[in-house]
Amino acid sequence: MITAERKPIDEIIEYIRPFQKILLVGCNECVTVCSAGGRKEVGILSSMLQMAFLKQGKSIQILEHTLERQCDPEYVEELVSMIDGVDAVLSMACGCGVQELARRYRNKPVFPAVNTKFMGASERQGVWAERCAGCGDCLLGITAGICPIARCSKQLMNGPCGGSTGGKCEISPDVDCAWALIWERLKALNLTDRYEEIIPAKDWRNGRGAGPRKIVREDLAE
Amino acid sequence: MKTESVLEKVLRSGNFAVTSECGPPRGAVPAKILEKAKMLGDYVDAVNVTDNQTAMVRMSSFGASLFLRQAGLHPILQMVTRDRNRLAMQADIIGAYSHGINTMLCLSGDHPKFGDHPMAAAVHDIDSIQFIQMVRKMRDEGKFQGGADIENPPKMFIGAAANPFADPFELRVARLAKKVAAGVDFIQTQCIFNLEKFELWMEGVRKRGLHEKCDILAGVTPIKTVGMARYMKNKVPGMDVPQHIVDRMAATPKEKQADEGIAICVEMIQRLRQIEGVAGIHLMAIEWEHKVPEIVQKAGLYPRPKIN
Ligand code: SF4
Ligand code: SF4
Repeated sequence: MITAERKPIDEIIEYIRPFQKILLVGCNECVTVCSAGGRKEVGILSSMLQMAFLKQGKSIQILEHTLERQCDPEYVEELVSMIDGVDAVLSMACGCGVQELARRYRNKPVFPAVNTKFMGASERQGVWAERCAGCGDCLLGITAGICPIARCSKQLMNGPCGGSTGGKCEISPDVDCAWALIWERLKALNLTDRYEEIIPAKDWRNGRGAGPRKIVREDLAE
Repeated sequence: MKTESVLEKVLRSGNFAVTSECGPPRGAVPAKILEKAKMLGDYVDAVNVTDNQTAMVRMSSFGASLFLRQAGLHPILQMVTRDRNRLAMQADIIGAYSHGINTMLCLSGDHPKFGDHPMAAAVHDIDSIQFIQMVRKMRDEGKFQGGADIENPPKMFIGAAANPFADPFELRVARLAKKVAAGVDFIQTQCIFNLEKFELWMEGVRKRGLHEKCDILAGVTPIKTVGMARYMKNKVPGMDVPQHIVDRMAATPKEKQADEGIAICVEMIQRLRQIEGVAGIHLMAIEWEHKVPEIVQKAGLYPRPKIN
């Protein structure tokens, strides 16, 4: 999923300071799972903002709403009835959600309340870790299901650098060396022969290299 | 002979090669690089010129290599994949080759975290093995990585690094095999202090005949102080300094430690020379270049063969 973290409260306050009536919109998908921008976080942020402004002697009005999915026009349509009555929108969805609101409601200022981080998975309760960089041409089939693009600090595609120590990455003892993980798993799967196949230089056009990407499914597209 | 590289000629002539290293200055001060170059002068066959070593900005390896070339030395152009994409790298390779630089070292580079620009974006368009492949294709096929022809292809003698002390150890020979398959001509290893482990790695290397397909230069570094020994043992990722070396330095009075470090280094070179498959040494005397002549002499590696 896409992970996110709430922005520092002061930054959010600065965005909305000039406005009176705010629509604060959460999203029920990824940002809910990583506890950054679901219904609960919308409620908390709303009270924090009210209090902060109250302290400064200013009262603001915040409408709260959480969409099923903020990156989907179908759900974003739900806001039609609320949008006209507010001065600005504050979104707790990922960057896709924020942009969907900005695209649909062209005349309304939309501000992000979270920093969108990465595509990750839940390692354990309260810990999310990066797993995929969306390179567009997945190598997991040859790297034993562990991504060297997203998980090796140097994006090495053909094996560990000279800094790999005790299964940890040279950048920090808190970071697993992706190649140590790959090697362990290749061993466990009896596939160590695969390590010696050279993975050729990547065609980054599959990733961000060719500019903004789009998937068009002719069979589904209207 | 694949190239005009003096290092290649020394190795092919059956001589035990000696390379050293020279870090360019952090500013536009050619005098500093020339001063170091003069010290190394006759004592080594070729000099590695580092590329933004430890992720700190320095005079470019190409710029500094050119000064060395002009001073009559044989630079080994180091290049890291961290700072440039494949276009910039190939441009620098043909640029350097145009100036008579014909030996290079392909590296991924230290992570920006360790330098003074931890906020920099690292590029890593290709990795070190793909880098070796690219340079070989430029040289042997006369083609850019993208497939187009190169007019007057750069005949580079291609080097890379190997660290027998990093983990997972059992993967380290396979990693070298991959570099050999990618087309590497010579290897410079991480500084060796743990000879037993290095021997073990070399055994694996010989078993696969890799030492016959690329020349292995064993990395050595003179230790200046017990503090430096401890630092390298505990703080440098992928560095293996056994306790007995630290103890030996610690047991030496402070004013004698530098000499002791040099003695250890010379002993190490002598032992490395006995190992089958070691074709030379790579002497990394970090900011201690003036000691290189002494070490080379004491190790019995002077004078260097005269090769044009
Ligand atoms: S190889 Fe590419 S697509 Fe596959 S997990 Fe890694 S970044 Fe994602
Ligand atoms: S230690 Fe491992 S994860 Fe870290 S940069 Fe080196 S190979 Fe990549």
